[in-house]
Amino acid sequence: MERLLQQLINGISLGSIYALIALGYTMVYGIIKLINFAHCDVYMIGAYVGYFCMSYFRLGLLPSLLIAMVVCMLLGVAIEKIAYKPLRNAARITVLITAIGVSLFLEYGTMFFVKAETRTYPPLTGLLARTFKSGSLVVSMQQIVIVGITVILMVLLQFIVKKTKIGKAMRAVSLDQDAAELMGISVDTTISCTFAIGSALAGAAGVLVGIYYNSINPLMGMTPGIKAFIAAVFGGIGLIPGAMIGGYFIGMVEVFVSGYGNSMFRDAVLYAILILILIVKPAGLLGKNVREKV
Amino acid sequence: MSRLNEHPVIKKAISLILTYVIVQLLISTNIISAYLQVTLATICINIILAVSLNLITGITGQFSLGHAGFMSIGAYLCAMIVLRMPTIPGFLLGVFAGAITAALVGCVVGLPTLRLRGDYLAIATLGMAEIIRVIFLNLEITNGAAGLSGIPKFVNWFWLFVFTAGTVIVISNFINSSHGRACISVREDEIAADAMGINTTKYKVMAFTFGAFCAGIAGALYASSFYFIEPSLFGFMKSIDVLVIVVLGGLGSISGSVLAAVLLAVISTLLQSFPEIRMVLYALLLIIIMLFRPQGLMGSKEITFNVFGKLGDMFASRKRRV
Amino acid sequence: MAILEIEKLSKSFGGLMAVSNVSMSLEPGELVGLIGPNGAGKTTVFNLLTGIYVPTSGTITLYRDGKEIKLQGQKPYNICKNGIARTFQNIRLFKDLTVIDNVRIAMHKNVGYGFFASIFHLPSYRKEEKKLTEKCMELLKIFKLDHKKDEYARNLPYGEQRHLEIARALATDPMLLLLDEPAAGMNPAETSQLTELICWIREKFNLTVLLIEHDMSLVMKICERIYVLDYGMVIAEGTPDEIRSNKRVIEAYLGEAVNDV
Repeated sequence: MERLLQQLINGISLGSIYALIALGYTMVYGIIKLINFAHCDVYMIGAYVGYFCMSYFRLGLLPSLLIAMVVCMLLGVAIEKIAYKPLRNAARITVLITAIGVSLFLEYGTMFFVKAETRTYPPLTGLLARTFKSGSLVVSMQQIVIVGITVILMVLLQFIVKKTKIGKAMRAVSLDQDAAELMGISVDTTISCTFAIGSALAGAAGVLVGIYYNSINPLMGMTPGIKAFIAAVFGGIGLIPGAMIGGYFIGMVEVFVSGYGNSMFRDAVLYAILILILIVKPAGLLGKNVREKV
Repeated sequence: MSRLNEHPVIKKAISLILTYVIVQLLISTNIISAYLQVTLATICINIILAVSLNLITGITGQFSLGHAGFMSIGAYLCAMIVLRMPTIPGFLLGVFAGAITAALVGCVVGLPTLRLRGDYLAIATLGMAEIIRVIFLNLEITNGAAGLSGIPKFVNWFWLFVFTAGTVIVISNFINSSHGRACISVREDEIAADAMGINTTKYKVMAFTFGAFCAGIAGALYASSFYFIEPSLFGFMKSIDVLVIVVLGGLGSISGSVLAAVLLAVISTLLQSFPEIRMVLYALLLIIIMLFRPQGLMGSKEITFNVFGKLGDMFASRKRRV
Repeated sequence: MAILEIEKLSKSFGGLMAVSNVSMSLEPGELVGLIGPNGAGKTTVFNLLTGIYVPTSGTITLYRDGKEIKLQGQKPYNICKNGIARTFQNIRLFKDLTVIDNVRIAMHKNVGYGFFASIFHLPSYRKEEKKLTEKCMELLKIFKLDHKKDEYARNLPYGEQRHLEIARALATDPMLLLLDEPAAGMNPAETSQLTELICWIREKFNLTVLLIEHDMSLVMKICERIYVLDYGMVIAEGTPDEIRSNKRVIEAYLGEAVNDV
């Protein structure tokens, strides 16, 4: 029982990170129907910005997190303006290849500047390094921070999307770009804002991953990137609650398969579940299977 | 009309034989060095992969991210057979066993997943490829993460040429047939195709299986060209590499895929001299080509095949075949 | 003896009855109109007949060569193979393909060579392709599209796109042709030309035709019988003259008469 609880706690903290990354994928997908491959590298850049803030400038966790989010936000907007905007009317697969190009550029560009070696994240100190034990159950302050920050960001996101003017614009553009434009919504600004918010979340996730795994490298985005994307698809891509559910689900599956089964088969189980779910629900867990009108 | 009458067939045969003889001469006279022969093998394997993925994604319109999975099946089966039967018949057996197994897996995976659309299909195929990779990673017979090494090398220019030219011809023939047109109609408008009597599921699965078969051949050639295979060679990035070639060449254009495979290999070889920024330049190039030529190098057009017959016709694009 | 019998056909979309209890029957060689106000469920009936939607209840029976074929629940391509072809309200041509390829694809179900003949271009491939092309050209000539065979479908003017869609449907060699608003967006001259064409192909190909149309001049002129649909139900059935004077039909189209005025 305690073991189950422990796995649950680990699953939630890992899932939080996946959910944060998945949100960026899902928001961008929802608005321009693009699998933004570069998203996972934005998250990697976030981790590096956090790293430099904490180790070179000796900033605390919160300021580092905020700086990472701002840098990623700018980066995300820049990527959209330079690489995706000129292709707004091109075939979707073309934009996808461009996104892969951007992704490779960020990965190997970063590698060129900071070298390929893995770096150790500065350890948290003081209160943040504490752990709480109850029997064999261990909860670290670190995990609480990760889950806490994620929840705060998600609530904030829900608030932005549901209650603010820009959120309304985002929802309108994702439903029908042309109609939104005719109603006086600036599509370009709205798409930029979506990238800004999604990338900021990725930046936060980067810093949180840094403190969770303690090590970062320029190619760290790939695997979590794919998994977060799967999380988004799993929940029903384009749907914000879907990405959250998907993220936590993937985190749980990973932790439980590693804990109770063979960790070598962890990813295979993950993908098998994904394929099964898609066969049963072709549009993801929360997605509606919209039939084309004939 | 892209219909064949006797004349173009002969032209085609002559240009094929000439291509073979010229490259063979260049190899014999060592103008194509051992180092460049590696590039040659890579080009041929990538052509097979790209053309077969083009059949699935460009022609039939089914977005697949799992091509490396089929390739790995061909590679492992061929490697395991050749290691036990290090002879030419053993090699050929390996190639066909690999290709047929890949096709079977393609068919079994395709039947349930091909009813998914667009990105959902992409993710399902990606998952399929990853599952295959994890299986190879954990099997004893495939030697897990360490992979198989010391695979006897049987692939030379002759076999590369036979399989590459064979795949390209067979797939372009298919596209120019009624069955190929049925696949194209699925891409164009699935509902209309269905209403016009096309069993859309059948043709999606057919294209997927056929593509998987060819990817299996490519994998087998890879195993017997490069001595060594391991699961990580056939990861997600390999599928992406193939997709990049297809989109760069132009979705639906077979000659575009061939051209892009050659071009990327050449670029990659040239960039070898800048190891530090090789990938950065490659990425930049990719972005720039896509920004300025979003439809790919060839769009969906084809170039005439009879390069040697009429040089003047070389760039005069033949009437769209698809 | 009817060629098509529809009995108590219903389709609901999440509680909304788009088509309810529709019964119709078509005699061989008849030209029947299906009319009704917007949203009455006409296209849904077509979608049910062609298998794009699966009916919630009811049966569709096709009588072919003395056999009874149940169509409900069958896949669209099977229904097409059984001899029902259609056009679409919002033209669904294969826009990026040539005119001739559009027609050739529709002939695919009758192509007599297999996978291996297609990848190796065996003699059977050549023979069949030649036959296929000839048949396509014959069909295109009827619609005066033969000189545009290599044009992309999307580049054709609107009227010709409508014609090509009918040609494509005929290429599947149907016994029953369903036309969904064939005259939509056409001017009176084009409409009258189309009217003649429909009558002519019915004779030539020995077809039964069911058509949805809003252009009453066309419907009243060529249809032998008319079904009127409103709110998913058949509210009237009869000859054009009967329909013209039917009170319920007039109400459905114009609203109820206000007696006080």
